[in-house]
Amino acid sequence: MKKNQSGRVFEACVHGVFLLLGLITVGCVLLITMYLVISGIPAIRQIGLGSFLLGKVWASTTSEPKFGILPFILTSVYGTAGAIVLGVPVGFFTAVYLAKAAQPKVRAVMEGAVSLLAGIPSVVYGLVGMLILVPGIRRVFHVPDGSSLLAAILVLAVMILPSIVKVSMTALEAVPKEYEDASLALGATPVETWFRVSVPAARSGIAAAVVLGVGRAIGEAMAVMMVSGNVANMPSLFQSVRFLTTAVASEMSYAGVGLQRQALFSIALVLFLFIMLINAALNFFLKRSKEG
Amino acid sequence: MQNRSISRRRRACIGLLRALMLISALVMCALVVFLIGYVLIKGLPNLSWTLLTTKPSFLSDTVGILPDILNTVYVLIASLVIVLPLGVGAAIYLTEYAGSRRIVSVIEYAAETLSGIPSIIYGLVGMVFFCQFFKMKTSLLAGSLTLVIMNLPTIMRTTQESLKTVPQSYREGAFGLGAGKWRVIRTVVLPGCVDGVVTGCILSAGRILGETAALLYTAGFAHALYGFFEGLENAGATLTVALYVYAKEEGRFDVAFAIASILMVLALLINLAAALVGTRCKKRRSV
Repeated sequence: MKKNQSGRVFEACVHGVFLLLGLITVGCVLLITMYLVISGIPAIRQIGLGSFLLGKVWASTTSEPKFGILPFILTSVYGTAGAIVLGVPVGFFTAVYLAKAAQPKVRAVMEGAVSLLAGIPSVVYGLVGMLILVPGIRRVFHVPDGSSLLAAILVLAVMILPSIVKVSMTALEAVPKEYEDASLALGATPVETWFRVSVPAARSGIAAAVVLGVGRAIGEAMAVMMVSGNVANMPSLFQSVRFLTTAVASEMSYAGVGLQRQALFSIALVLFLFIMLINAALNFFLKRSKEG
Repeated sequence: MQNRSISRRRRACIGLLRALMLISALVMCALVVFLIGYVLIKGLPNLSWTLLTTKPSFLSDTVGILPDILNTVYVLIASLVIVLPLGVGAAIYLTEYAGSRRIVSVIEYAAETLSGIPSIIYGLVGMVFFCQFFKMKTSLLAGSLTLVIMNLPTIMRTTQESLKTVPQSYREGAFGLGAGKWRVIRTVVLPGCVDGVVTGCILSAGRILGETAALLYTAGFAHALYGFFEGLENAGATLTVALYVYAKEEGRFDVAFAIASILMVLALLINLAAALVGTRCKKRRSV
């Protein structure tokens, strides 16, 4: 009887330990969110939400500091949009090819290649971009410095390819074979079947892939930092620009105390809000593709 | 014969789509081949014995990356050792204990959110939280702990996947023989999650090796030689951080490419390992 009792206590303890471990992730999310909100709000209050979000000048180290992050926001948005415009078509067609058309051997090799592309560290992309894209852009477009938004867009477009290909492929493979068989039986050719039956059936999953790509692109810091020049200009294709992520990274190195340091957290908070929005969209599409 | 019954417009459309698919796939292949080739060709000739086995010296004006290699190994070990129990425990809670559907979805949502947060935000929070709040200063340990939070969702998810494949009847059998919950977990459930743990470790290792933004301001960029525990208390650059510093701050592209080629080879190996484990698990599951 006594042993039974102690056994029960022991089991309860084990249960408690596992519950604690399970709640760590929740704790981390809460901690990060609260930390960003609490340390991000004061600076925004002091600067004023309007002049913080819509101010066009960022000069944190001058004697009369100005904290306007519109250049960062717009650069992040344009950079991401550019990467999506370039990366999604390539990723999408590759995914359809691999999921439906490719021979098993070709497919296996290329799937390996895609996951390798995902595994390459972002600094390596940055390094290659620095030495190939930056001089290349300078030479081709005759601009004084190749470190520009365009270079960042190109690097990001390559970096988001693996996620787009992988997630789209999963969605395309989940399309019931009956749909395709029915389409083929009605006289559609295989290519028509893939694009007019399988792709629409997998559209939620493909949308999720695009959203995932958006998240990757907007959150990337190192590769972008190495090729974009890192000057707080309003975005323009051939000018040196600074993204939200690179703003955080570059201010971090010399943020001392006071408003500059607080503004750093405010930028991180804005970036975080973007990511939460993207996460919500991703969840929406993933759920729908699971239900569909 | 089939083609005769298809109108010219349809045929053109099909041809166009087919061409787009092939071009995209070729672009993809070309990118991968070019990236690997370029990095290896520019990097491997710069690898030398001195580079790999010494630390940077101002006296003899040589660059060595041994400290960075060791730092990477230390961070890898420290992060994995800490994240494994946490992630596996969380996964066990989710599959074995969690009673209500709601708490499971809350935890899973939290894990998804964590995996979506960009690494630069981890770096910022890690810097403030571990380095300043917990007074660890800029150290490898602070960097490792930051990476632990980043990789928690990965380990959790892979372990969870493998736990789902442990048949319910095994658990019921063990319970029927009078085993307590903990005993069932220890003897039936834990052995079943080995696949997931291994996969999770490989994925996390890849992510840790490739991480820079989260480490730059938590682990710092010093190049001093230390032992394991001493190293954890001190600042140090991992390979990726060293690559960034050499390329961006010091303009030493030869060293940067040498490191890049090492990272590339490691990425190849990790990919290979993941593929091998994946096929082995699939085989075991189908048996």
